[in-house]
Amino acid sequence: MIAEIGHYALVLALGLALIQSVVPAVGAWRRDSTLMGVAGATALAQFAFVAVSFAALTACYATSDFSVANVFENSHSAMPEIYKFTSVWGNHEGSMLLWVLILSLFGALVAAFGRNLPATLKANVLAVQSWIAATFYLFILVTSNPFLRLSPAPYEGRDLNPILQDFGLAVHPPLLYLGYVGFSISFSFAVAALIEGRIDAAWARWVRPWTLAAWMCLTLGIAMGSYWAYYELGWGGFWFWDPVENASLMPWIAGTALLHSAVVMEKRNALKVWTILLAILTFSLSLIGTFLVRSGVLTSVHTFASDPTRGVFILAILVLFIGGGLALYAWRAPVLKQGGLFAPISREGALVFNNLFLTAACATVFIGTLYPLALEALTGEKISVGAPFFDLTFGPLFAILLLIVPFGPLMPWKRGDLLGVAQRLVGAAAIAAIVIAGVFAATERGPVLAPFGIGLAVFVMTGAVTDLIERSGFFRLPLRTALQRARGLPRSAFGTAVAHFGLGITLIGIVCASTWGAERIVMIKPEQTVSIRSYDLTFDGMVTRQGPNYRELVAKFTVREGGVIIGTMEPSKRSFPSRQSSTTEAALLSRGASQLYLSLGDPGDDGSIAIRLYHKPLVLLIWLGALVMFLGGGLSLSDRRLRIGAPKPARKPAKPVLQPAE
Amino acid sequence: MTRKQRRLVLIGGSLGVLALAAALVLSALKDTIVFFNSPTDVVEKHVAPGTRIRIGGLVKPGTVRRGDHLAVRFEVTDGNRDVAVRYQGILPDLFREGQGVIAEGALEPGGTFKADSVLAKHDEKYMPKEVADALKKQGHWKDDYEQKK
Repeated sequence: MIAEIGHYALVLALGLALIQSVVPAVGAWRRDSTLMGVAGATALAQFAFVAVSFAALTACYATSDFSVANVFENSHSAMPEIYKFTSVWGNHEGSMLLWVLILSLFGALVAAFGRNLPATLKANVLAVQSWIAATFYLFILVTSNPFLRLSPAPYEGRDLNPILQDFGLAVHPPLLYLGYVGFSISFSFAVAALIEGRIDAAWARWVRPWTLAAWMCLTLGIAMGSYWAYYELGWGGFWFWDPVENASLMPWIAGTALLHSAVVMEKRNALKVWTILLAILTFSLSLIGTFLVRSGVLTSVHTFASDPTRGVFILAILVLFIGGGLALYAWRAPVLKQGGLFAPISREGALVFNNLFLTAACATVFIGTLYPLALEALTGEKISVGAPFFDLTFGPLFAILLLIVPFGPLMPWKRGDLLGVAQRLVGAAAIAAIVIAGVFAATERGPVLAPFGIGLAVFVMTGAVTDLIERSGFFRLPLRTALQRARGLPRSAFGTAVAHFGLGITLIGIVCASTWGAERIVMIKPEQTVSIRSYDLTFDGMVTRQGPNYRELVAKFTVREGGVIIGTMEPSKRSFPSRQSSTTEAALLSRGASQLYLSLGDPGDDGSIAIRLYHKPLVLLIWLGALVMFLGGGLSLSDRRLRIGAPKPARKPAKPVLQPAE
Repeated sequence: MTRKQRRLVLIGGSLGVLALAAALVLSALKDTIVFFNSPTDVVEKHVAPGTRIRIGGLVKPGTVRRGDHLAVRFEVTDGNRDVAVRYQGILPDLFREGQGVIAEGALEPGGTFKADSVLAKHDEKYMPKEVADALKKQGHWKDDYEQKK
């Protein structure tokens, strides 16, 4: 019964979405406020029905109702409660339901909080949002219905893929989807602006908070996925340049570019047409990401099961929205009034520079991800494009971009003075140079570029601090005045500095962990000790334990540094009888931001076991940096200017009615 | 600066960055991509020793030999030809005889493939697509994978 309610609610949501796709758009066209008003109610109701549908599926999982095929395929009565809950989206059908849940949530949020939007813009935005929603409801109902029944009902489920039985599944997909799907709002705003043929600085002010919120979630979602892969896959890598990872990185890069170009549009009323294009491209990349992951063209841990009809359906959605969006752009963009041009050396110029490099970097990732697919389709030749490709393409482009990051915020609008800005950055550059020299002196191995990578990161970080110091006037003005000025700075200024600072932190983590890490792979017997850097690990022996739905072989290690015990590590191998499959659970021991990482290989016949032991210096900074970027975004989002939405433009002073006689 | 000059700077800059990105991509594509070969390809196409390639197929039952210091040798087959592989390190959890595997590395002059990474499937449902295609080509596809879905 519950499954049928869920199914029915989803059908109703589709019905509402179809109404919302047409009625408000017609209303906006005919300037009929009654028709336009429909959108608000349908958007809220749509969300309510999808929420009911999602809750119904969750209830089926919570009660382990194996008569529902989806639950049978992906759950097990002995599974811990939290995994029963998260396995709702640990499969294709459920994850698509989560996708539309978030999509309808964003629609409802626009309806609820968009009170100060112009009525026609709001109606068009909600209509466009509903076009997307309707196609995805249809996709779920036609090709991926999670509510199908099995008869007779099986006694036991087939269990969730063991790799997914982890807390990461509770966090990574929802955050990632909040990001992906959040960009649908920017897309809807862009398409609505094209339909109306009118766009102004206020438009950018409405779009920016939505883009920023989506970007924040995506940042955290990607970081969380990276950390999950790091500890779960057992070989200590944090980024694999796997096509599925790239699928989430591309919208992030494009979204970052969009955030920056929207600033130019909001402040200077320039780059309008480009910002619209970026908004369309960012969501297009999110859709391509969904297609790559969900259609089965790529096989990876994210591909739950592939079915060709789904691939074709998603491809059709892709063509419809990307093709449609770009065609509309080509047709309507010339109608939009062009913004002003500006001097190349200026804040606007720096942001254009940012956009150029971000889109170029995004394009290299796009080529590296899709070229193998295209080549195989055209010639049948199979190739793999891995880390070396991205190191040589994405790497240099991003390095140049990072070098310019500190200059941007210090540059004034309209017309800047490169020399003046460079002078203000001398301190930051000097600190970076000292750090480079220090790193060279302190390390002996590793590529020459690594210390420069650290130096670059430090330059970005000190540059961010310099920006705040300059703005508030520390060291120039009396301390009290400077403090007062610092307090008066808009939160978005702090947001920028904090987010850029976070970027530097992440870069330090990446360079350190990949350059100066140590690795040991050995067979070890009980009572033996293996050393790595200053740590000694003694193997105390193995025990077996019974988990809720698995058996695990646990190896116990005592970790000493300089003879003093600093902790124990217990990596394990779990075997899941229900899936005849096994996972390796790595053990992690943090020392500051560095980590010891220990995972198990195969046991030998004589009580020995193969182990992989890594020392990863400062590896935690990678994800800490992402968290700092998230906080920077949050600070910017809490800026009063964005929080209260767009104030009405100041009324123009009334023109004198009487013209002076000539 | 006139309006025209500003526009020129903007367009010139964009083209410059685009050219830089294109040059990087083209040079990287020439040097860094790795081709996938089935054991039949390796034997019949005479892949030159030292070229980085990926090979994929099934681990031939009864060929896995373990030595000291985590050394392991096994043969990869597509039902038509076999290639001997040697590897040193920890094999993935789901590495089994008779199951799909992908190895990346290079051929040695003697014809043995020295792998520096070995990938196996993620779970019991999944077989690397390259492996499935290679097996299909040789007509040794038992369709067991399709049924399991």
